[in-house]
Amino acid sequence: MSSKTNTNGTEASGLTPRYGIWSRFKRNRPAVFGSWILAIVIVLSAIGPAVFGWLTGISSDYIPSSVENGALVRSFPPSLTHPMGTDDLGRDLFLRVFEGGRISILVGIFASVISLLIGVAYGATAGFFGGRIDGVMMRIVDMLFAIPYLLIVVVMMSLFGGNNAPDAVKQVTEAFVFLTNALMSLAGASPISTSSGLFQIFFLFVALGSVSWLTMARIVRGQVLSLKNEEFILAARSIGVSTFGIVFRHLIPNISGPVIVYATLTIPSVMLAEAFLSFLGLGVQAPYSSWGSLAADGIKNIAVYPWQLVFPGLVMGMTLVALNLIGDGLRDAFDPKSSKS
Amino acid sequence: MKVYIFKRLATIIPMSLLVVSVTWGLIRIAPGNFYLSEKKLPAAIKENIKKKYGLESSLVEQYLMMLGNMTCRFSDSDDSEGAGLKIAIRSRTLRCFDFGYSLKYEGQSVNEILSRHLPYSAVIGLLAFLIALVGGVSLGAVAATRKDSRVARYLMSLSMIGISVPTFVLAPVLVLAFSFGLYWLPPARWGGMEHLVLPVLSLSAVYLAYIARLTRTGLIEVLKSDYVRTARATGLSEARVVVGHALKAGILPVVSFSGPAIAGLLAGSVVSERIFAIPGLGNIFVQSVLNRDEPLTLGIVAFVSILILVCNLVVDVVYALIDPRIRFGER
Repeated sequence: MSSKTNTNGTEASGLTPRYGIWSRFKRNRPAVFGSWILAIVIVLSAIGPAVFGWLTGISSDYIPSSVENGALVRSFPPSLTHPMGTDDLGRDLFLRVFEGGRISILVGIFASVISLLIGVAYGATAGFFGGRIDGVMMRIVDMLFAIPYLLIVVVMMSLFGGNNAPDAVKQVTEAFVFLTNALMSLAGASPISTSSGLFQIFFLFVALGSVSWLTMARIVRGQVLSLKNEEFILAARSIGVSTFGIVFRHLIPNISGPVIVYATLTIPSVMLAEAFLSFLGLGVQAPYSSWGSLAADGIKNIAVYPWQLVFPGLVMGMTLVALNLIGDGLRDAFDPKSSKS
Repeated sequence: MKVYIFKRLATIIPMSLLVVSVTWGLIRIAPGNFYLSEKKLPAAIKENIKKKYGLESSLVEQYLMMLGNMTCRFSDSDDSEGAGLKIAIRSRTLRCFDFGYSLKYEGQSVNEILSRHLPYSAVIGLLAFLIALVGGVSLGAVAATRKDSRVARYLMSLSMIGISVPTFVLAPVLVLAFSFGLYWLPPARWGGMEHLVLPVLSLSAVYLAYIARLTRTGLIEVLKSDYVRTARATGLSEARVVVGHALKAGILPVVSFSGPAIAGLLAGSVVSERIFAIPGLGNIFVQSVLNRDEPLTLGIVAFVSILILVCNLVVDVVYALIDPRIRFGER
């Protein structure tokens, strides 16, 4: 890990730093490829199910069935009407995969945002105050690093999943449902209701976010340590800017580069963790689906209906590859020296 | 160095107790308990259950009792009940690492369950780690020494896919190909060597890919350094330069990744065990949490966290042995 990252990355051409980053990112072909893949997956997840339903008249609870050799068949292989086939109950997998994609992507983003907030606040505090506070805070991080966090997440999810979620999580969920329904009624769509499945998803954000902030805290602390004695901070201090102002107006904007890069790389790892939990039956639960829970369902029928695993797995794998490529591209763009060979 | 290792070993005890305490706290805060069931229990039976498991004493007492059983405590009578280490000191016995009895598996001590199921997970985890290490380092070295070749580009794209595809997608696909398609390997269960291939391969893939990437990045950096140029100037073959000189410094990032990797392999083996129907520890752990089987959960958490802490210590020592710039004592 490079301790000193040149976030400005200024080039001699006199272009703005932001332009330099953007142009370097654009020249990175894998990263651009990843961005396109991600954009396609996001668009398909956002409007794919609605457009698909409008084109074919198939909704996610549409159940086709046919009788073959006297047996009822509901799982159909991929065809023109069902591009990814259907699941055990005859539900269209294309719809399920991209409806699940919404939740997978949202879990990735929200949990990463939570880890970002905790990590930045913690790391900035430790780095800015330094001395004994820094020592104690970073020793705590060292200790937490040694904890097998997946074990803790498994314990958290199985004990506080669904209706067992802490009250604060339930209140946030209810507020979210209230806001969504307000928007839904404007659009004329049917309202959603709070359920244990929704509590579970919101607790998932908290559980995954609360265990994945450690590296972020270390990165932010290192950056703050190297920046806080720079002259512009001294200047701000000399004209009487408050501590709060220095941290939030001057330090944090200047460390945004590494923070953005690491946050981008947190998303795929959180999505993997979500899929792991959903596979164990501790993550997203019916009636909601995510790529992890769809793949877990598909594994049961792997020998007979392989498409039920292959398509969720493929879309998930592609999205994760795309996110990793974008993260690597951003890292190279923000810090040209880091891994250019 | 000895002092350092001793210090680190001493910190392992409070740290694993911390992990156990956090887990215990989570279990106790969570709504519900293990004797809560659909059928309503008669009050007398409930009282008996509470008495048997020491649940009628205060929370602090229960916590201290749990910690005592986990570490060491004196028991006056030489009762044959209880598991763990027993050391007789005069008329009293010192009992250590007594994790108690499972609440769900009647009459079985946690120690028994641990020793019965651990070997499966250990074999899979160790083999997967070895394969990831050897395979990852050699592939990474190939990719670094021929960094602009087509082979290197393919290897790196492959490793990007490797770190992005989760085990539980890769494993069934391998089963589909090698068991149901080619009939080469058994799809599940525990038996001979052929039963190990698929679980180990699917578990190690992610780590192999990650180690390959780390090795490549580290090695490319080292290959540019002065001492490598000197080694080349002495007329050594490229292979000897890389293997004999550069690799030692180039795999340092891999060494520091090994700690988290071992932790991840231990947790990740849950997936392998589920898919391949292997009676390992991971599955038992998940079941124990769902069953609210408190002693079993705590026992496994304690055991695994000690294991991971020891692994981290070994990793740090190996790091220092490889990298002479690191001196202990000036942290």
